[in-house]
Amino acid sequence: MFKIVSKQKLAPKEFDFWVEAPRIAAHAKAGQFVVLRVDDNGERIPLTIADYDKDKGLIRLIFQVVGKTTAAMSTLSAGDCLRDISGPLGTPSEIENYGTVMMVGGGVGIAALYPIIKALKGAGNKVVTILGGRTSSLVIMKDECRKYSDELIVTTDDGSEGMKGVVTEAMKMVVERGDKVDRCWCIGPSIMMKFGTKAAKELGLPIWVSLNPLMVDGTGMCGCCRVTVDGKIFFACVDGPEFDGHKVNWDEFMSRLRQYKDEEKISMEKFEAEVGEQTWL
Amino acid sequence: MAVTFSKQKTPIKEQDPQVRRSNFEEVCLGYTLEEGKIEAGRCLQCKTKPCINGCPVKIDIPAFIKCIREGDMPGAAEIMDKYTNLPAVCGRVCPQESQCEGLCTVGKMKDYEPVSIGKLERLVADWKYAQKDIAPKAYAGEKKGRVAVVGSGPSGLTVAGDLAKMGYEVKIFEALHAAGGVLIYGIPEFRLPKKIVKMEIEAMQKLGVDVETDVVVGKTITMQEIMREYDACYIAVGAGAPHFQGVPGTTLNGVYSASEYLTRINLMHGYEFPKFDTPAKKAKKVVVIGGGNVAMDAARSAKRLGADKVTIVYRRSLAELPARIEEYHHAVEEGIIFNWLTNPTEYVDDGEGKLKGVKVIKMELGEPDTSGRRRPVPVEGSDFFIEADCAIEAIGQGANRVLLSTFPELKLNKKGYIEADEKTGATSVPGVFAGGDIVTGAATVILAMGAGKDAAVAIDKYITEKKAAK
Repeated sequence: MFKIVSKQKLAPKEFDFWVEAPRIAAHAKAGQFVVLRVDDNGERIPLTIADYDKDKGLIRLIFQVVGKTTAAMSTLSAGDCLRDISGPLGTPSEIENYGTVMMVGGGVGIAALYPIIKALKGAGNKVVTILGGRTSSLVIMKDECRKYSDELIVTTDDGSEGMKGVVTEAMKMVVERGDKVDRCWCIGPSIMMKFGTKAAKELGLPIWVSLNPLMVDGTGMCGCCRVTVDGKIFFACVDGPEFDGHKVNWDEFMSRLRQYKDEEKISMEKFEAEVGEQTWL
Repeated sequence: MAVTFSKQKTPIKEQDPQVRRSNFEEVCLGYTLEEGKIEAGRCLQCKTKPCINGCPVKIDIPAFIKCIREGDMPGAAEIMDKYTNLPAVCGRVCPQESQCEGLCTVGKMKDYEPVSIGKLERLVADWKYAQKDIAPKAYAGEKKGRVAVVGSGPSGLTVAGDLAKMGYEVKIFEALHAAGGVLIYGIPEFRLPKKIVKMEIEAMQKLGVDVETDVVVGKTITMQEIMREYDACYIAVGAGAPHFQGVPGTTLNGVYSASEYLTRINLMHGYEFPKFDTPAKKAKKVVVIGGGNVAMDAARSAKRLGADKVTIVYRRSLAELPARIEEYHHAVEEGIIFNWLTNPTEYVDDGEGKLKGVKVIKMELGEPDTSGRRRPVPVEGSDFFIEADCAIEAIGQGANRVLLSTFPELKLNKKGYIEADEKTGATSVPGVFAGGDIVTGAATVILAMGAGKDAAVAIDKYITEKKAAK
């Protein structure tokens, strides 16, 4: 059992947990994830380690309610426990001093981007961060990202904060104004990563993305998370989650994400029937 | 010699195939004590005891059978406990026909079937677990040392049980959320009920073995930390990296590795969705590729999930089928269709990223390959199409690299498995032993247990000598 020590709501449907997991905290590196189960009948879902505190033995998990498991998680409070957490899994991000890095994030993907921003800043990079969302309140972790960024650009679809538009426009703006970008990371909804990659291609930039396919064990045992990169099959749980965005077969990736859509709906409806209206979201 | 007993094994009750094909309950219902006595009476108690040589853990088979015949079940259980920590498992999943029963003297007689040793082993184990008052005796003296075991499958459990009995403090680290390894995530409920596995593990915990789940060694803790904290370590992580044939369409929705398919069903209880959160797709037309026990398990599970048609596609013929013969028979009884000498060439897309069928080609057997079996070669122009909304590849596994990649000191063989001494499990790193599928490649439960037994003796010797030298 893994005890939740604090819970915070970051945005509608987005929550921030600090959880006791000393061994995972002691070994975690930027870019890694955990696989967790909420309870005894629960499924195993992957979540990025958004932060960790080795001294206190804590890891931070930030998630958006997208299905039954995350909905069930959102009902837990500080003092409650998650049944299982296994990690840190996956290959850590390649952290070195590249020069200038452009860090692009959206949605709950910002939580996955944040530890990489922090580590790259620590390695001496100039960090230009672009965070995007539909509206200002949905762009999470701005202050934290700003702390480790030389510049933070916010984009919103409705213009409620920062640039009106989407992250790809900000990516172009940064390059067009003359910044020499050496490497990009783009983490967010798959459609955003796909278009972020497309923009990077046009701008001639190398770009890393963090893939979040369905997983079961998370240790390379089942192949549920297989993705095609550069024409070859990889297991995102052990070979990734980060891959060269230019080489990812995005359409296949997105199609595989939808594989259990019908079952996910059944699960969610059953949960809603049990808990009633989820007013806390 | 005047022989008065039945030529055939005493019949055993099984769930009717028409009924069991739609449930996940155990197929074989086991002998009653009376039936067991009758079957035990078929054992000649011969002097040569060839059956023992067929057993990788060398159970004194005639001795426990004699006890059954005499109605002395405690005696039978006591004998069994000396040799195996997992009797209820082995009685159910060992390939007895190629081990103990394959060598049985009765079976060598014309027209006689061997003694049903596996089913008798199961009878003893099930009887033992039904007795509340028989608790395993934990070692009471001062602990001789600390041993870490990585992986709680059959090999890890065996080493742990034996070392605990010898007086060691044993800790098993399991990567998944439940202990048992392949016994839990791989072998289906209808062949090996999970409550049986749990009972075997609980018995081991009563011996003092500590099992910690959710620990991925190499990630959650490192081998270096383990080596600092323990006197010795046994690596038994299994061969948990599924192979794919790599034919076009492998990433289509509806194509699975058997590992994923079975893990969803067994470990995650996908057949009880939505009571359990993890779904297992209820496909209608299923093609399973492979001829081993795992292929049989996947096919029979698909049937139980409600498939109308389940076809096994195997590139060799029945004579080369690696599956236990009982599993093959059960599969046939349940209506599984076998396409011999056939191999997939493509998974076909329905246009929306989902599988609509499997293109296959007929094979013929050519010259023997390195395994000694005749190599299947495709017959040109013999392609045909099997409609399917689910395809499951059960073509074997390779070495999982998660631990190995973080422990480069450990010498591997050409196939990427750990190089370990055949008799002791000793590896290139002093104090680190290994056994089971991560050494041999995917094999059987009992071979993994055999490796564990040998390693337990070697680990005891290693620690005793190391402490004496201090």
